[in-house]
Amino acid sequence: MSYTLLAAEGAPNPLLPHSAEIVVGFVAFGLLYFVMLKKVVPMFEKAFKARTEAIQGGIERAEKAQAEAADALVQYKEQLSNAQSESQALREDARVQGVAIVEELRAKAQEEAARITAAAHASIEAERQQAVTSLRNEVGALAVELASKIVGEALDDQARQSRIVDRFLEDLEKSK
Amino acid sequence: MRSMFSFRAEGSEFIPPSSKDFVLPPIFGDNEFTTKPIFLVIFSVVIISIFFIAASRKASIVPSKLQFAGESVYAYVRNDLGKDIIGHEFMRFVPYLFTLFVFILTNNIFGIVPLIQFPTMSRISFAYVLGIITFGVFHYVGIRHHGIFKYLKDILFMPGVPKPVYILLTPIEIATYLIVRPLTISLRLFANMFAGHLLLMIFILGGEHLLQGAIGLKLVSPFAFAFGIAITFFEFLVQCLQAYIFTLLTALYIGGALADEH
Repeated sequence: MSYTLLAAEGAPNPLLPHSAEIVVGFVAFGLLYFVMLKKVVPMFEKAFKARTEAIQGGIERAEKAQAEAADALVQYKEQLSNAQSESQALREDARVQGVAIVEELRAKAQEEAARITAAAHASIEAERQQAVTSLRNEVGALAVELASKIVGEALDDQARQSRIVDRFLEDLEKSK
Repeated sequence: MRSMFSFRAEGSEFIPPSSKDFVLPPIFGDNEFTTKPIFLVIFSVVIISIFFIAASRKASIVPSKLQFAGESVYAYVRNDLGKDIIGHEFMRFVPYLFTLFVFILTNNIFGIVPLIQFPTMSRISFAYVLGIITFGVFHYVGIRHHGIFKYLKDILFMPGVPKPVYILLTPIEIATYLIVRPLTISLRLFANMFAGHLLLMIFILGGEHLLQGAIGLKLVSPFAFAFGIAITFFEFLVQCLQAYIFTLLTALYIGGALADEH
């Protein structure tokens, strides 16, 4: 379709396309599309992505820090309560052990006392026994000696009698 | 350019602007590739590329003013037109949607930029090109996603519809997917730009013509110019809106082709 033809026809039909314009339209639009696709859109997208990441990263970091702090708090609380219950248990243990030790010592002391008492009783008994035995022997001998002395001398008067007893007693003293 | 041809002599008859005014002759000889719309399209590609490469070249976490400006447009297309409409696979289509949006927007706004003052999209060829690309993209995506048979079956026999309804529905669906969608998306863009430019020309050239008439007409002329300026602001709105609508519809079509239920 040429311009001279159009001009001759009078008012041209505006709905009829023009070949040169069609070609240029496609080429120009294609070129622009190519520029946008390769140069413009990727750069804008990169900036968008960086921006999103910057914002999101900040939020995520803050959230992470908060979560860590909360974790630490829980941990500390747990440790604290552990320590408290542990000390409680230790105290309880110590008390129980103390009571046990006192009890044990007391038992031991009583036992010892009983043992000592028993030993004392035994030795006393033994000594008594010994005393009784020796006493019996001596008393016998003495009785026999006294009797023989009394029988051997004439027991006429009171003075003699008492002298004999005194002498006996003196002898008894000496022999001790 | 028009004024030079139209008002050669004072008092000549007013020739209302027509579709002829959109057919601009080649600037260099007879070469069809040297018309103003073609130069404008190439110029738009150059300035868009320079702007966005400059804006994104040193893209960082804390944006510069330039980066912020480019990024705002990009983020708008990416999130509001891509992510919200297409869904989780949107990233593949963001470059296309973004190119589409800035390309149409820039070429539309050429219509009110002083000295340029020609919306490239009022040449239907460019609107057709974009419509054809969108048409190709969303069908290709649908076929790749569902396989050709299931894709065609879903179009021809919409699931969950009583069988007799297909007699009505199938031709409508075929027309929708093959003709209506690519044609309307192109025509909507073209017609808005075409009509807007025509409107501007009528008020500005009309005002100019009135200025050359009798004294009574001269007094009316400022109103025509004032209205022309008001229409310029209105056109700015339409130009942005049309870029948005074209991109939005493309995203919707792609989203529809990717959806598991049509």
